[in-house]
Amino acid sequence: MDWSSILGNTARAAIGLETVIYALAAIGLNVQFGYAGLLNFGQAAFVAVGAYGIAVTVTVLGLPFWLGVVVGLVAAVLLAVLLGIPTLRLRADYLAIATIAAAEIVRLTVRSATLRDQTGGSSGLSGFAEGFYDLSPFTPGQSYGFGPWVFGARLAWILLVGWVLVAVCCLVVFLLMRSPWGRVLKGIREDEDAVRSLGKNVYAYKMQALVIGGVIGALAGFVFGVGRASVQPDLYGTELTFFVYTVLLLGGAARVLGPVVGAAIFWVALVLIENVLVQAVGAGYVPDWLMSSTQVGQVRFMLVGLALMLLMIFRPQGIFGDRRELAIDAR
Amino acid sequence: MPADENRPDLTDLDEGTPHGGGGSHPAIAPGPGPRALAAREVLRDVPRVPGAPKPDPVLVADGVVRRFGGLTAVDVQHVEFQRGAITALIGPNGAGKTTFFNLLTGFDRPDEGSWTFEGRSLARVPAHRVARRGMVRTFQLTKALSRLTVIENMRLGATGQVGERLLSAMFRRVWRGQEDSNTRRADELLRRFKLDAKREDFAGSLSGGQRKLLEMARALMTEPRLVMLDEPMAGVNPALTQSLLGHVKDLREQGMTVVFVEHDMDMVRDISDWVVVMAQGTVVAEGPPDAVMADPAVIDAYLGGHHDAPLTEEDEAEQIAAAEAELEREHDQEVGR
Ligand SMILES: Nc1ncnc2c1ncn2[C@@H]1O[C@H](COP(=O)(O)OP(=O)(O)OP(=O)(O)O)[C@@H](O)[C@H]1O
Ligand SMILES: [Mg+2]
Repeated sequence: MDWSSILGNTARAAIGLETVIYALAAIGLNVQFGYAGLLNFGQAAFVAVGAYGIAVTVTVLGLPFWLGVVVGLVAAVLLAVLLGIPTLRLRADYLAIATIAAAEIVRLTVRSATLRDQTGGSSGLSGFAEGFYDLSPFTPGQSYGFGPWVFGARLAWILLVGWVLVAVCCLVVFLLMRSPWGRVLKGIREDEDAVRSLGKNVYAYKMQALVIGGVIGALAGFVFGVGRASVQPDLYGTELTFFVYTVLLLGGAARVLGPVVGAAIFWVALVLIENVLVQAVGAGYVPDWLMSSTQVGQVRFMLVGLALMLLMIFRPQGIFGDRRELAIDAR
Repeated sequence: MPADENRPDLTDLDEGTPHGGGGSHPAIAPGPGPRALAAREVLRDVPRVPGAPKPDPVLVADGVVRRFGGLTAVDVQHVEFQRGAITALIGPNGAGKTTFFNLLTGFDRPDEGSWTFEGRSLARVPAHRVARRGMVRTFQLTKALSRLTVIENMRLGATGQVGERLLSAMFRRVWRGQEDSNTRRADELLRRFKLDAKREDFAGSLSGGQRKLLEMARALMTEPRLVMLDEPMAGVNPALTQSLLGHVKDLREQGMTVVFVEHDMDMVRDISDWVVVMAQGTVVAEGPPDAVMADPAVIDAYLGGHHDAPLTEEDEAEQIAAAEAELEREHDQEVGR
């Protein structure tokens, strides 16, 4: 077995494209679910709106890249408001149902045959990312980085931008959550009637949290779409949302860096297990009746799931969570 | 006490209070403050009938009706609450007191009716606006914000915070001064409510009684003019009750109006200037504490009489005797255990 390749791939996964995408999506979800207690089960829709915002604006409308970013952000705000108006006055579970349905509606709409000319149907769109890579300060053909973290010019550029976005979002969340505004949000998570009785417009705060979280989700979509230089509708299904929840709970909800650490751990575990399994099967350590090389893709998720279950049993508050808080929940 | 020998005094209905022993809660020194005397003086000439007009009402409700399916939980024709006084709202379980509170404070919408606070209508005004107008309430089932610390609970109560607006929230410089002065006020209140030792603890780690105290202190952070307390003393130990009663009286001395729901008649007698009695959703009696507690309609309501026609003297005596015997029996069982 080639351990240096296994460890190299794993080390790169810690700061790789997937980690950035999931970290951003989870930072957004953290504002909504972690701090405000909003059960948004449609984060995938916000990611999709961001990605398709760029893709459609550039390929179909032929407009410049930066306008695509603006379109994606505006669309995310609209989606949040549209979802929030009917549901935020109701009990928490209604938002969960509405968002999960909305996410499916978004996915099925962009993949529909009727809209093939606008959104590319089930095969999606590509060729919209060059405007982004044209801005790159890196020389094509060169590679950048040090140690195991060496990337080609394109990947290095999107990773750089991605991590800057992650840093900025974390800073914004930090500043917001130490403020009285963040305190109102946390109060709403605990008991919204109590907060209402103190003269706060709970509905407006929930709407703000939903919009901010959705916009950060759309940023994840930019990185997703541009990083792959294509969008495909089926990558924005409900499992994306559930992985984002996993990442958030893994790192610890309502912690500023929880989503980032959670995303890194999630992808490190996934890549490590996958690489080890592939090599082990290739080297004949695993008998064929137990697992073939084509089954590795599924088995890695089973093993990651098992690892997560163990983590939740032995450290239910997540990596950064506070056990004291969890004890209070049980009362 | 005006209650005559044959009639049970409502004090006796308190569980665990020995018969005939009225004052298990000794009055707090010092005696009534100037506002207390003024409030009683002003209310002396108010007729003792349901819906009686007050000289200076701060909160007036008219024809407020709330139905849950077939059940009419609240049906209040007319009631007024005097400004600067402590008014107790009493009545048996299920009388509609909490529902009435919810309606008045915007947490529930009535099927019919209107009500005004300081002369302005509150119908269809959302709960947070009601609070901003200066009418704050606490909840029967205490709502502490568990995973916030005690001091954060308190700070949340302050109104008009610049830092609660999204655009200024990120810049600490903008809201720091206000936060500091709010914190000083919060610490002051925490000291008064003997919660200063718990300042940094999660509210969820407090005992039930401490949560009641925290909720009341937090409500006062909004600097209200009318405070509505739903069973503020439930679950608070007797020693603390004394200081809590003191705090409530203090509110009156500071010029606030207090309306509170309470089942403990000694407490009601001790601090209230006026008592409004609800039964089955309607106001059945009101008046000064001593007069109300001797009122047959009130005793009736508490003992669960469901007749419409007024009782004859004989019937009444009979029922009361039966009720007394019942209470005696219960009391004996209690002691026997
Ligand atoms: N949400 C609701 N749905 C249906 N019925 C309700 C609801 N809330 C209250 N009720 C009914 O309305 C009546 C009045 O209830 P309420 O809670 O106002 O009583 P209360 O006077 O506060 O009693 P207690 O002293 O026990 O707190 C009760 O019969 C209750 O069953
Ligand atoms: Mg009640």
